[in-house]
Amino acid sequence: MKLSSLRLSCAFGVLMFASAPALAQEITVVCDDLGFGCNTIQPVADKFMEENPGKTVNLEIVPYQSMVESLPVQLASGEGPDAAIVTDLGGLSRYYLDLTPYVDPATFNENFEQTLQWLRGGDAESTAINGMPTSLTVNGGYVNLTLFEQAGVEVPPEGATWQEWAAATREVAEATGTEFAMEMDRSGHRFASLAISHGAELVSEDGKPVVDDGLRAAIEQFVEWHQDGTMPMDLWGAVGGATHRELFSDFLNANTVLYFGGSWTLSQMDQEVGDLFDWKVIPAPCGPSSCTVMPGGGALVAFQHTDQPELVGAFINYLAQPENLSQVLAAAVEIPAASTLIESGIEYPGASERTQEALATFIAQIPKMAPAAYRFQGWRYQRAMMNALTTRISQVLNGELDVDGALERIEQDVNLAIEAAEAQ
Amino acid sequence: MSASLRIARATGAVASLPARAIEPLMAGLQKAIGIKKMPWFFLLPNLLAVILFSLLPVFVNIFYSFTGSDRLYPSQRPFIGTYNYETLLDCGNYLDPSTCSRDLFWRALGNSLVFVPTQVAAMIGIALLTAICLNGNIRGRGFFRGVFFFPVMLSPVVVALTWQWILQRTGVLNGILTNLGFEPVNWLVYANSAFFWSVFVTVWAHMGFYTIILLAGLQAIPRDVYEAAKMDSASHWRAFTRITLPLLKPVLLVVFILAVIRSVQTFDELYVLTGGGPGSATLLMVQYIYEIGFAVQPRNFGLAAAASLLLGIVLLIFTLVQLRISRGSSNG
Repeated sequence: MKLSSLRLSCAFGVLMFASAPALAQEITVVCDDLGFGCNTIQPVADKFMEENPGKTVNLEIVPYQSMVESLPVQLASGEGPDAAIVTDLGGLSRYYLDLTPYVDPATFNENFEQTLQWLRGGDAESTAINGMPTSLTVNGGYVNLTLFEQAGVEVPPEGATWQEWAAATREVAEATGTEFAMEMDRSGHRFASLAISHGAELVSEDGKPVVDDGLRAAIEQFVEWHQDGTMPMDLWGAVGGATHRELFSDFLNANTVLYFGGSWTLSQMDQEVGDLFDWKVIPAPCGPSSCTVMPGGGALVAFQHTDQPELVGAFINYLAQPENLSQVLAAAVEIPAASTLIESGIEYPGASERTQEALATFIAQIPKMAPAAYRFQGWRYQRAMMNALTTRISQVLNGELDVDGALERIEQDVNLAIEAAEAQ
Repeated sequence: MSASLRIARATGAVASLPARAIEPLMAGLQKAIGIKKMPWFFLLPNLLAVILFSLLPVFVNIFYSFTGSDRLYPSQRPFIGTYNYETLLDCGNYLDPSTCSRDLFWRALGNSLVFVPTQVAAMIGIALLTAICLNGNIRGRGFFRGVFFFPVMLSPVVVALTWQWILQRTGVLNGILTNLGFEPVNWLVYANSAFFWSVFVTVWAHMGFYTIILLAGLQAIPRDVYEAAKMDSASHWRAFTRITLPLLKPVLLVVFILAVIRSVQTFDELYVLTGGGPGSATLLMVQYIYEIGFAVQPRNFGLAAAASLLLGIVLLIFTLVQLRISRGSSNG
């Protein structure tokens, strides 16, 4: 009797052990905590787990810098989470799991037509569904209207050029004793807005880096603004390499009249600036070529190494349902990437009237974006170009290079990066 | 036999149980491989650790430096010969980085060649001065030892963020200067001041460690030597140059070697404080290697590996020189 119960226990134990992986369906999704991130997804993930007992979705918050620097190395070694919200959409495309068998392809293609292409790493023939674009972000400028009012200066109208904005904000800064007229995040993505509006192509149709007169004009203009004190040296001048840096605190403390950031800081702007002063988002400043800003955004992607492709696919498909997606977007105060949601519109119940207006301004810039901006966003080597831009422009600002030297180096850096990546 | 002796014998017998248990095994092994090979058997665990964690990575690094692509797995990386080395060493004029194919590598090397001697000299000088002060009969000596050692315990990122907060345009230092009626200075925007603060911050962060070592060295010098010098009316300076420095030389050499190694490895503090800027004024070798290999897309592991091996060769030469000096010193 004793022996048989022992055997029964052993058999049960072996059975439990063998069936454990089949029973425990669990995935890990990593994301940051800003905007469309782990915090805003959590309620939807909870709902998913409630409706699917036995299936667990672990959301792990990591800093944005880790997503940029550590995640690619993990993925290259075949490790890492089952899924993540990434912003280097094309650069990591080789690791993405094609979700076609697990989601509704027709809905995905209809909803995310343009942005799905960014996830294919420039492969024009691919039809893979490599993830779900979470939100569309748009670069843009925020201005301190209170300072404009105090200075008695008219806010430049829609269609005003970069130079007109610089002149107006300088006038405001001088009249109000504000330290700087304009600030731009130290980011190649932000600079690309200025460059493309000045006629820069940055990347050709066949995926080669383009260094042209448009880029030269943008760099020259940018350097001039730093030299005459329109922009502070702290961001682009004081930092080296590819380091991303922003001085949102300067706008918060009214140390700058215009801050060029993007739509992802809207909720932070709403919460932290609040009623300290009056502010608004401005339409894309114009250059000689176009009035464009850069599109961007994140995507929730699954990775090929996951051992739970069905569960990841099911979760992403669940999140892509309009009611779930709009719930997250409303909490994140972000612009939808899904066309159905753009058409139907989203209500942002927690956001102030000013934020709603700002969102409307950002959304209004989307149709005006130059084709070069979309092309650059979907380029596999976009980051190589952005890193070269930040590194070399900083060197120009510090007198280590002249503009010609910088242009030569930018082209060389990107070509060397492509050459190294494609070495056979 | 006393009770304590009995207890000691019993404890000894118990303690030697494992030894007695493996004795036949060892005897058998010795018989099989011979007594001359037995030391290798005992060294095996450490040797394996050294091979696995030190030698193997070096060989992997060498392999990577001869391969291309941004793939991580060695099997996916094509062999490209000495291309990475050729790219790094391709220079019109080695004294002018702008003529080099990889100008930032040469800028980083040049910066490192200035940063390391400056930082090491400042570090040892200030640490020695502090150790001498702390070795004297001052009030609150224990407290000050703690104060000087405190930064060593801080994370480099915390150190860098703290100093960034102090040095930025709207930082504490400028706040104080403005209150005193001076014009604020954008400390991290100008190449020279950013370099100065880079040296200063790294010295501040690590000085305590070397101070403690030097303090131990100072305390090991017999007091009677100083008393004899005092009786001979030797001045403080003479006592320092004729007694303190010569007797402290072995400790100073250790401190020097440790400080140089740490200085060459400088990365985290400056990466956070200046990001290698302004421009490339504070870009050092390790940051260059990190950026090429890990921070930029696509990641160029091969070039980063080649750059780190070139740095390794420079360090090897430096270490050989140090060893030579150290041997000369111990012989003398």
